[in-house]
Amino acid sequence: MSTTTPDQRGRFGNFGGKFVPETLMNALEQLERDYETYTKDPEFIAQLRYYLNVYSGRPTSLYYAKNLTEQLGGAKIYLKREDLNHTGAHKINNCLGQGLLAKMTGKKRVIAETGAGQHGVATATVSALLGLECTVFMGEEDIERQKLNVFRMKLMGAEVVPAKSGTRTLKDATNEAIRHWVEHVEDTFYIIGSVVGPHPYPMIVRDFQRIIGDETREQILELEGRLPDTIVACVGGGSNAMGIFYPFVNDESVKLIGVEAAGKGIDTEEHAATITLGRPGIIHGSLTYLLQDEYGQVQPAHSISAGLDYPGIGPEHAHLAETKRATYLPITDDEALDAFQMLSRVEGIIPALESSHAIAQVVKLAPTLPKDHIIVVSLSGRGDKDVHSVAQALGGIDV
Amino acid sequence: MSSIAETFRRLQANGEKAFIPFLTAGDPSIEITEQLILELDRIGADIIEIGIPYSDPLADGPTIQEAALRALNAGVRMPHVLEMVRRLRPQVKASLVLFTYANPVFQWGVERFFETAREIGADGVIIPDLPLEESQEALAAAARNGVDLVPLVAPTSQQRISKLCAQGQGFIYCVAALGVTGVRETVNEDLPQIVANVKQHTDLPVAVGFGVGSPEQAEIIGRYADGVIVGSALVKRVAPIADALAAGDLELLEAKKRELVEFAASLKAPLRQSRAGV
Ligand SMILES: Cc1ncc(COP(=O)(O)O)c(C=O)c1O
Repeated sequence: MSTTTPDQRGRFGNFGGKFVPETLMNALEQLERDYETYTKDPEFIAQLRYYLNVYSGRPTSLYYAKNLTEQLGGAKIYLKREDLNHTGAHKINNCLGQGLLAKMTGKKRVIAETGAGQHGVATATVSALLGLECTVFMGEEDIERQKLNVFRMKLMGAEVVPAKSGTRTLKDATNEAIRHWVEHVEDTFYIIGSVVGPHPYPMIVRDFQRIIGDETREQILELEGRLPDTIVACVGGGSNAMGIFYPFVNDESVKLIGVEAAGKGIDTEEHAATITLGRPGIIHGSLTYLLQDEYGQVQPAHSISAGLDYPGIGPEHAHLAETKRATYLPITDDEALDAFQMLSRVEGIIPALESSHAIAQVVKLAPTLPKDHIIVVSLSGRGDKDVHSVAQALGGIDV
Repeated sequence: MSSIAETFRRLQANGEKAFIPFLTAGDPSIEITEQLILELDRIGADIIEIGIPYSDPLADGPTIQEAALRALNAGVRMPHVLEMVRRLRPQVKASLVLFTYANPVFQWGVERFFETAREIGADGVIIPDLPLEESQEALAAAARNGVDLVPLVAPTSQQRISKLCAQGQGFIYCVAALGVTGVRETVNEDLPQIVANVKQHTDLPVAVGFGVGSPEQAEIIGRYADGVIVGSALVKRVAPIADALAAGDLELLEAKKRELVEFAASLKAPLRQSRAGV
């Protein structure tokens, strides 16, 4: 059985914990206390509700993808439309929560790491909204891949700092953000973008993202009068997946599938299939599955999608995988690109490349299942940010 | 008594303070690190911290990050570092302390790592991303093997100081500044107070590190701490050695090695004078 909350040490089963320099320990303990206090405070709850609904546009719809269902000829497919959020992805759910926490605890300044730029954009957005100073760390390679999002962040007044160390992607942006936090821990709030990092972050981000699953549950009960049979979500750090899985973890009839980026293939060196090919190890303050060599050096990940290009995964997913409550499957760059185009053509919805991995898994799965089998896919974000790199990857498409 | 305790006892008897240099092992090659450690020992380093290069050194600034990258690019991995320590042990007087991130220790196996440390003659281990709350297994393994697991105390530790000190082994590593490793212009003004505060909670020696970069700073810190740790300022002087090696200029390489050793000697000098009672 899966535990629903981390234990005293911040462990989900064998995973999680706080593997950080001593300098941060007090701040993490304080964050834990603040989180406990404010998330019980009616004023905090009311404000978060307000912004989620009126600013971001929640609840997002649960859309029956009739055309896709018919084309695949099997299971009935619903899309949880997180792409309809303000800023175009689920990331804002968490940023509104942590941003309000920063504000209410008197912090004037926030920092964040970002891969695809979606979390950076969401953090910049919330900072503009709440009047917080904002610095976003982003890998140099990702800055190149996601220029549009860099411009968005700057438009909203955020400073974007290139991470030049290591592989110059999300892993290194996170290292830089943590290093910066160590130096400025006394006046800076670190808004982590996924269910990763030291305790209490994986718990906090999950709790702010569980609204995806809570809404899904209510909506599917209303539409179908029963729970779904399968839930599918892409997994980078794992926040959209944890958000939609969490309210269903104790419903054993609901199959949970996390989709990892297999990059150029799990038989190559270039992938981000952390659970499929990683081993337990420590990254960014947490004990979890990790892509690493035999001596524990972190191995670079690869995915066409910057948001999944990460060699670790949230510790709660590691726990769900180890206890076999959830299954994690790999999808390649090419399969994701096909799904990206297919959903665009069939439903008129351009999915984020990250979300396209989840769609690709459904494209494989749905035809093998009966028509009364219900699948819900987390459509974590929209693909506007990706059209340029997809056009490049496909070659020859004029844009 | 552990070798580290013995080292501090000897220094105290002479009214000296410990000079604790740090080098990244394998930067730019194991051979050169080995030569540098012999030289550091010769000029009077009391404890030598040997950094095991890591891909994601969270507690380090750019200087030591680059050193780790140079070592990793040279193919240096845990076994090479451990074998180097084994070779050095009979040749040096200084206590030897391994500085490593937690993940390489986990992959090696916590128990096995401390067994290996004992076997090769390492006297202590520092793991900057293993806070007390995650240290129980390592503390027990360290104790079983007679190797000291040295704790870090930060400027933000506050009410945590007493429990950190209570579990401390060897000495207390007092982090001088908020932030990652790297040379800083000035020493934190609150440092004497922080060290005094730590000393109220422990009889272990207290050494100060992070940001120390000059003989002047070493002299000032030596007035109130039992030891001074110097990392980035030395590692910065390895970079030209690496360049000379890459260029195949052996004469320049020797010259740059001498410069580093002379600089190290200048850091030790102010710590030699008796300051008892100052
Ligand atoms: C649209 C979208 N989906 C998914 C992800 C992956 O993150 P997570 O696994 O935390 O949901 C990202 C990350 O940038 C994203 O932008």
